[in-house]
Amino acid sequence: MSNNVLRVNDITMQFGGVVAVDNLSLEVNEGEIVALIGPNGAGKTTAFNCITGVYEPTNGSVSFYGKQLLESHPRGKMKKMYKGENAGTYKKRLVPTPDLITKAGIARTFQNIRLFSTMTVFDNVLIAKHMRAKQNLLTATFRLNYAEEARMRKETMELLEMQNLAHLKDEIAGSLPYGLQRRLEIARALATQPKLLLLDEPAAGMNPQETQELADFIRQIRDEYQLTIFIIEHHMDLVMQISDRVYVLDFGKLLAKGTPEEVQNNPHVIEAYLGVSEEDA
Amino acid sequence: MGKKKNIIISALLLLALLAVIMILEQRLPATHIALTVLKKGCIYSLVAVSMNLLNGFTGLFSLGQAGFMLIGAYAYAVLTIPVDARASVYQYFHGGVIQFSVPVFAGLLASGILAAAFAWLIGLPVLRLKSDYLAIATLGFAEIIRAFFQWDVLGPITNGSNMLRKYPSFTSVTFPFLVCGVCIAVMVLVIHSSYGRAFKAIRDDEIAAEAMGINLAKHKRMAFCISSFFAGVGGGLLAMYQSSIQSQTFKSAMTYEILLIVVIGGLGSVTGSCIASFLFIACSEWWLRFLDVETKIGDFKVPFLRAGFRKVVFSVIIMAIVLFARKGIMGSREFSVDGICKFFKKRFGRKKEVKL
Repeated sequence: MSNNVLRVNDITMQFGGVVAVDNLSLEVNEGEIVALIGPNGAGKTTAFNCITGVYEPTNGSVSFYGKQLLESHPRGKMKKMYKGENAGTYKKRLVPTPDLITKAGIARTFQNIRLFSTMTVFDNVLIAKHMRAKQNLLTATFRLNYAEEARMRKETMELLEMQNLAHLKDEIAGSLPYGLQRRLEIARALATQPKLLLLDEPAAGMNPQETQELADFIRQIRDEYQLTIFIIEHHMDLVMQISDRVYVLDFGKLLAKGTPEEVQNNPHVIEAYLGVSEEDA
Repeated sequence: MGKKKNIIISALLLLALLAVIMILEQRLPATHIALTVLKKGCIYSLVAVSMNLLNGFTGLFSLGQAGFMLIGAYAYAVLTIPVDARASVYQYFHGGVIQFSVPVFAGLLASGILAAAFAWLIGLPVLRLKSDYLAIATLGFAEIIRAFFQWDVLGPITNGSNMLRKYPSFTSVTFPFLVCGVCIAVMVLVIHSSYGRAFKAIRDDEIAAEAMGINLAKHKRMAFCISSFFAGVGGGLLAMYQSSIQSQTFKSAMTYEILLIVVIGGLGSVTGSCIASFLFIACSEWWLRFLDVETKIGDFKVPFLRAGFRKVVFSVIIMAIVLFARKGIMGSREFSVDGICKFFKKRFGRKKEVKL
């Protein structure tokens, strides 16, 4: 399939004896908004961290636009301890650092906001331009890259204007209110010029009205930047409203997948979220 | 624009400072303590700023500065001793192996490059560590380097544990000022460049910096090498200032002195480091010297004043700073004319505000 943006194959993440993500496979197609949901501790953020290279998965592979991005298999002590499946399927060890994955075109935000809190809003976004700039230490130090620097500043300003953050550009990022910090984090991720955006609980701590605004905002950036969006979320109304497809994770395992309606009516999902009384069992 | 005006005013101030120094140098007798303070102070500001680049701007808590200064000092001294003086300097090692000498500026450049090269090598294993562990490892490496340079086997190059001397040194104050000024200016340019922003991003949040596409290993190594380069140049200048060196000089106590300057000046403030190093050197060499001398006023012997009391007072001052002014003199701000104007407006401009 040519429009496959992200393809996750049999990702397993085992910490000691605990299997946090168990044999997770999923795919995200071009232009889609796909949600990953599940109860607390289901392993959603761990799955994100595996995809973005923060963790090295114990087993499995990830490909991006058909290109192999990441592959791993149990090594060392893990060989004996490994509890997951498909242990022999993956042979190579290809584990890029997070910056290479960002460079390939996958940007992310964090569940607990991680801004550069002592720097200004403008500089926060400008940092994201650093990796794609054509420069080296000498040209940057002696300002021989002034054309490049001017371009970076111009693009940053344009992005801030589009995100309605331009009037705040000289504010210190850490002093912004919570909602704006979330917006800035998304703007910063957009500045890396991604093709796929991973949002980790963007609506955490927002009231219903803010959540509604966020839903519109996510749709808007998808259309404006031709993005594909993969989102972890707890707010069910947001998930049901914006996502094209939903994956449900419980205890690290994939529990269900499908359109929001299908998932909503899936008895396993209802069981995982609401629990099942002992009489029914 | 305001920015341009600021730069022009700062440049004028620096020129004025240079003029004042030149006049002082001509008016004061050559052995006056103020000149010593100025010379040593500007060398210390160079090293302090280089340490600040690492600790204050990149957030890498490294304590290897004395080690890199030692490499710089030795590289300078070994390379610049005149050929005909080598026989007497290396008297226990048959005149040493190196039988050429290079000009002063080439020697200073070499001291920086050698220190940076060592930093690159040490950085390979050490920069994987974080916070306190990094500090311990770099401190250990600095001590190892010191011991290594005293090793007899290396005698034909480093003269073992004997002194290196007879290399060209300076007597004027202007020379170290110019060299340090240029070096600090280059570091300021780095800090304000795209790479400097990346360093600050790493300081604020490593994980987020990596998610923004900043290669952590590469940028940390870069900051470590730049910092060591200028520490090496500082070491070379210190060798020139002392006119003879021995690896004994570069103990970890020296790193702590510089760390103290950085903390007093404010982590993340270049001008803070400079101001603090002049204050520190002036206090330890000049203003607090009277504490070391037994004094009698009439028949009354002033209590406590005796050799070593200066250090006690110094420690108390440091404790007071750490307890009550943790951000140091400048915090993370920079000294600027605008800042001074604002400060005075805040303090003394209240009456006008009331009228409004």
